[in-house]
Amino acid sequence: MSTGNPFAEGTEDIARKRLIGRAFVAICFASTLVGIVALVALIADVLVESWGWVTWEFLTYPPSQVIENFLPGGRGAGIYPALVGSIFLIALTAVFTVFLGVGAAVYLEEYASENRLTSFIEANIANLAGVPSIVYGLLGLAIFVRSVQLGSSLIAGALTLTLLILPIVIVSTQEALRSVPDSQRQAAYGVGATQWQVIRDVVLPRALPGIMTGTILSLSRAIGETAPILMVGAATSLFVAPDGLTAPFSAMPMMIFEWASRPDPEFQHVAAAGIVVLLTILLLMNAVAILIRNRYDPRS
Amino acid sequence: MSDDDPMNITAGSSGSIDDRKNAAIRYVFFSCAFVTVLTTLGIILVLVQGSIEFFQHVSIVEYLTETEWSPVISPHSYGVLPLVWGTLVITIGSALIAIPVGTATAIYLSEYADPQVRKTVKPTLEILAGIPTIVYGFFALSFITPLIQRFYPETGTFNAAAGAIVVGIMIIPMVSSLSEDAMSAVPDDLRNAAYGLGATKFEVSTSVVVPASLSGVIASYILALSRAIGETMAVTLAAGMHPQITVDPLEPIQTMTAYMVQIGISDVSVGSIGYQSLFAVGLTLFVMTLSMNLLSLWIKSRYREEYQ
Repeated sequence: MSTGNPFAEGTEDIARKRLIGRAFVAICFASTLVGIVALVALIADVLVESWGWVTWEFLTYPPSQVIENFLPGGRGAGIYPALVGSIFLIALTAVFTVFLGVGAAVYLEEYASENRLTSFIEANIANLAGVPSIVYGLLGLAIFVRSVQLGSSLIAGALTLTLLILPIVIVSTQEALRSVPDSQRQAAYGVGATQWQVIRDVVLPRALPGIMTGTILSLSRAIGETAPILMVGAATSLFVAPDGLTAPFSAMPMMIFEWASRPDPEFQHVAAAGIVVLLTILLLMNAVAILIRNRYDPRS
Repeated sequence: MSDDDPMNITAGSSGSIDDRKNAAIRYVFFSCAFVTVLTTLGIILVLVQGSIEFFQHVSIVEYLTETEWSPVISPHSYGVLPLVWGTLVITIGSALIAIPVGTATAIYLSEYADPQVRKTVKPTLEILAGIPTIVYGFFALSFITPLIQRFYPETGTFNAAAGAIVVGIMIIPMVSSLSEDAMSAVPDDLRNAAYGLGATKFEVSTSVVVPASLSGVIASYILALSRAIGETMAVTLAAGMHPQITVDPLEPIQTMTAYMVQIGISDVSVGSIGYQSLFAVGLTLFVMTLSMNLLSLWIKSRYREEYQ
């Protein structure tokens, strides 16, 4: 029967096939809804739980052990040191990743010839992207906190997050560099530019929107990461924002973890309020990234 | 600038200041790329060194065969199996959700949905992958577990089921997006050939498109599972910190990652057995995820179907 038609009508009749087809579409459609319903449920859950708890005091006061302080009319308590800590942490991470990520991508796209070392580096980057974030936390703990003796500091946290998102930044930057047409490089060489001048004056300016979009999206992943900064030793009981690179720091996901693991059910509302602040910042970062892409991307 | 071919500037060429400057710049860029190699070396070195210290106190046989895990609280016991079991429960449980749902979603988006619907639904589902995992932990505690308790009132605050469900939701977009990419890459000629033989749309989807895109689909499963194995904050909050081997999904468990969090937030002194155990468990986790990722890459390259 090797030449037989596998789809030829057997004993089944058309009506039955139609029924199977309809049932199958229904199942596939319902499955698509599962993900969407879960997303809606998650957002609704966070909004309901946080309703009335995200106040101005929540944004501007340090945390408290006493739930009454978070309530309106209380002494005021909130997420301030962690909010500022997260912003410092991400700003610092941004500086390191832009330097290292763009540098690595420029090397791989513009300089490296296709040899074994290059393909090893690229395969290694692909593998690093799959390493669990908590393992990066162990790396940060052993190297930055202990060996280099930076302690549980802002800079140790930022360096750990840098290594975590570096693979993603490199890959997205490579894509941005690849989208610059070769004719533009050749034109610059034709008027006598050196390779460095071509990269600096032609390739990078043209790839900049793509690089920025990819970097901001990676940073928005870093700002929500808990496990790496937890291993590095982010604090949960700080009352002031970090005042230097080697100062101890707190960060929003760490505070949310601390609040969510409290047995007191009232603290669930505080955790939800923290999540609203974190997700708002994430949303803003993503909006900026999409805005840059839509504005400068020649394809859209 | 000489009349050399500018594409051939190499680090070895000497001569003009421009050439030396270019060589130096090239070296700086290479160093940036080399940081990624150092990262891998650093991870392996740190994990292996910490593990060696750990295994000077604990025999590898005990670590791999004992069924009790209590490295900090006496009576001490150093069997990693309960932690591996916890990780497996979460991974298999989340796969039972994400693989069927993700695959069916991919088939719907690739074969049935209007292009406009696909353009909205796919990024919407990908939002799920962008939400911080700590938020999933909160979602499990405040929504999923109470929901389970409505049907099984004896369920505790921490249970494996809630952890598996939220991790399952989290990895749906990995399966659906990557599988959809693979299915969309199947050329229409194959579909039309099957239609020409009288196949129904259901038969085209299940007997032509899915087999033709199988390597990409399977690779997406493995990547999603690897992510589930390494998932940390959601399972710590949802499934608890109670290492035990149980088949009851309503019981609390502890995954390898949750154990690392437990040590991370406690004041374990450097050099203590608890601190060293971090690296032994970390190495176990790293080996598991690395082999999954390599397997996924291998399947993708070994069984890739090339279509023009």
